[in-house]
Amino acid sequence: MTDKATTAERPFTLASFQAYMNEGRLMGSRNKATGEVFAPPRPIDPATHGDDMEWVELSGRGTLAAFTSVYIGTSAMIAAGYDRKKPYVAGVVELAEGPRISAQILGLDAARPDMAWIGRPLRATFVERGEGEKRRAYLAFEAIV
Amino acid sequence: MKKLNRGVAVVGTGMSQFGSFPEKTTRDLFVEAFQDMRASVDRGLDPNDIEAVYIGNYSSDLFEGQGHTAPIMADWVGLAPRPATRVEDACASGGVALRQGILAVASGLYDVVLVGGIEKMSNLPISGVTDALATAGDVSFEIPAGFTFPGFYAAMATAYMHRYGASADALLRVGIKNHDNGALNPKAQFRARIADLMAGRIAKAQQKGLPVPEWQTEMDFLHDDGANPPIAWPLRLFDCSPVTDGAAAVLLVSEEIARRFSDAPLYVIGTGQASDTSALHDRPELTALRAAGAAARQAYEMAGVTAGDIKIAEVHDCFTIAEIIATEDLGFFAPGTGHEAAEEGLTSRHGPKPVNTSGGLKSKGHPVGASGTAQVVEVWKQMRGAAGERQVERDVDLALTHNVGGTGQTCVVHVYERR
Repeated sequence: MTDKATTAERPFTLASFQAYMNEGRLMGSRNKATGEVFAPPRPIDPATHGDDMEWVELSGRGTLAAFTSVYIGTSAMIAAGYDRKKPYVAGVVELAEGPRISAQILGLDAARPDMAWIGRPLRATFVERGEGEKRRAYLAFEAIV
Repeated sequence: MKKLNRGVAVVGTGMSQFGSFPEKTTRDLFVEAFQDMRASVDRGLDPNDIEAVYIGNYSSDLFEGQGHTAPIMADWVGLAPRPATRVEDACASGGVALRQGILAVASGLYDVVLVGGIEKMSNLPISGVTDALATAGDVSFEIPAGFTFPGFYAAMATAYMHRYGASADALLRVGIKNHDNGALNPKAQFRARIADLMAGRIAKAQQKGLPVPEWQTEMDFLHDDGANPPIAWPLRLFDCSPVTDGAAAVLLVSEEIARRFSDAPLYVIGTGQASDTSALHDRPELTALRAAGAAARQAYEMAGVTAGDIKIAEVHDCFTIAEIIATEDLGFFAPGTGHEAAEEGLTSRHGPKPVNTSGGLKSKGHPVGASGTAQVVEVWKQMRGAAGERQVERDVDLALTHNVGGTGQTCVVHVYERR
C-alpha cells in the first residue's frame, strides 16, 4: 500500500506521523533490510540499529491487548467532555502487522468495563480535537461489532 | 561481573514528615530531612565534611515553578560552594540520585556525599498533578491516547489479571497491608489502617444522623464506589499512592571511614539500574517491568546474593499492581504468583517476606523525586532495629530497595548489608 510518490520525502518523525493521521492514514516505518515494522514510526531499528527505513501504510486492524477506563482524565480529555460521570477507555492495541500502539478505544461502554474486552477486534479511526491551529487528528480504535 | 571500585556505606538517613503542607516549600522540607539525617549519625556529622550533593527531583519546575533545585538545597543547608547535581528520572529520581552518589564515592573522588530527594506536589489542583505526572509517560504517543499515570498501571493490571486470573481483591490486599504498616510510621502521610478509616466514616455518619454505611469488613468498604471510587479501572482510589510533599536525605561515605561516623553502618553491596522503551506499548511484556528484572539481576550479582536471601524490601508501590509485579520482577515470587502471595499475606510485616514495612508509597506517601531516598530511611531503621512498633521480628542483615521511574522506563535496585 506504500505510495512512494507521496511518502519518499517525509522524515520518520512525529510531525510526519501526525501529518499522515491528519490525512486519515495510519503509517509506520519498515526496516528495508529485515521487514520489521514500527508503529509509531521509528527512524532506527532498536534490534539492528539499521536506519534504512521506508513508510508503510498499516491496515488499521488490531486487537485489544490491555486497557483502562479513565475516570480522572488528562486535561485534553476533560476538555473533550470526559469526566468522572463520563469515563473513557484508553488501550494498548496489537496491530495486525505486529507492533502495538496506544489509542483511545471507542464503541465500548467505559462505565461498564469488562475484562472480556481483551482480545476484542478493533479498527483504526481518527478523531478530530482541539481549536484553531491546535486542531488535529487523534488516533482511536473502534470495537468491531 | 561489575564491581564497585571501593566499598560505600550509608551512615545516616532522614526524612521530613510526609503529607500535604501548604506552608512549606521543597527547601523547607529538605532542611527537615537534612536535620533528621544529621541526628541519625551515631558519632555526629560536621557538615563541612560533605564534599558533594546529589538531589533527586522529578519536577519542581511543573509542581512549584522552580527549576535548578540542587544548588538551592545545598545552599539552604549551608553546603555551597560544593558541587550540587540534580538527577531526574521521574519517580526513580531519588533512587538514581542515590546511585550517582554511590558511584561518586566508589570512584574515589569523594569520601563523603549527601544524597537528597525532594518533591512538593500539593500546590497544583488535581488536574495539574495528573498532567505533570503524565509527562513521565510518552507525551508524543501515549498521552494523546488519554493515558494518565494511574491509567498506565491500570492497563498493566488488566493485562496481568487477564493473563494470570488475578482478582482486583488481590490489589486491594496490598493497600490494606501497606496501610497497616503506615499506621505505625510516625512520618507517614496516612497513619491509619483501612479499618480505622472505615470506622471513622461510620462514626461520622452516626454523629451527623446520616444513613450509616453497612460495611462489615475492609473489603466491603473498598468495594464501595462511594468510599473507594474508580480512578482508572480496575484501579480505585485506595490502589493509588497519594499526592505528597516530602523530602529525604542519605549520607554516604567510603567504607574505610564508615566507623568514624556510625556504630552500625549499612554497606551498599549491590547496585543495578536499567532503562526500557519510552512507551509501555513497545514492550514485549505488559505484566512485568523488564528494567526492574535487569536492575535486580545486576544488584544481586554484584552483592553475591539471591532473591531468597533478602530479609525485607521497600518496593515501588506507586499503585497496588506495581507492588505485585515488583515482587515478581525481584524474584521473590514466580511470575504470575505475586497476587497469590499478596492474598496469602506473605509480604505482611509478620510474613516470610515483609515488603514495604514503612507503609510504602501508598500509605507513607509518594513525593515522587524523594521516594527512592526515603526507601533507604526504612531499611536503615529496620536493619538497625530502630523501626519501633513496625519493627519486623527477625534480624534484618540484608535488605533491598526498588525504585521505578514512570511505567518502568527507569528502574534502580540497591542491596544493603549490616555486618
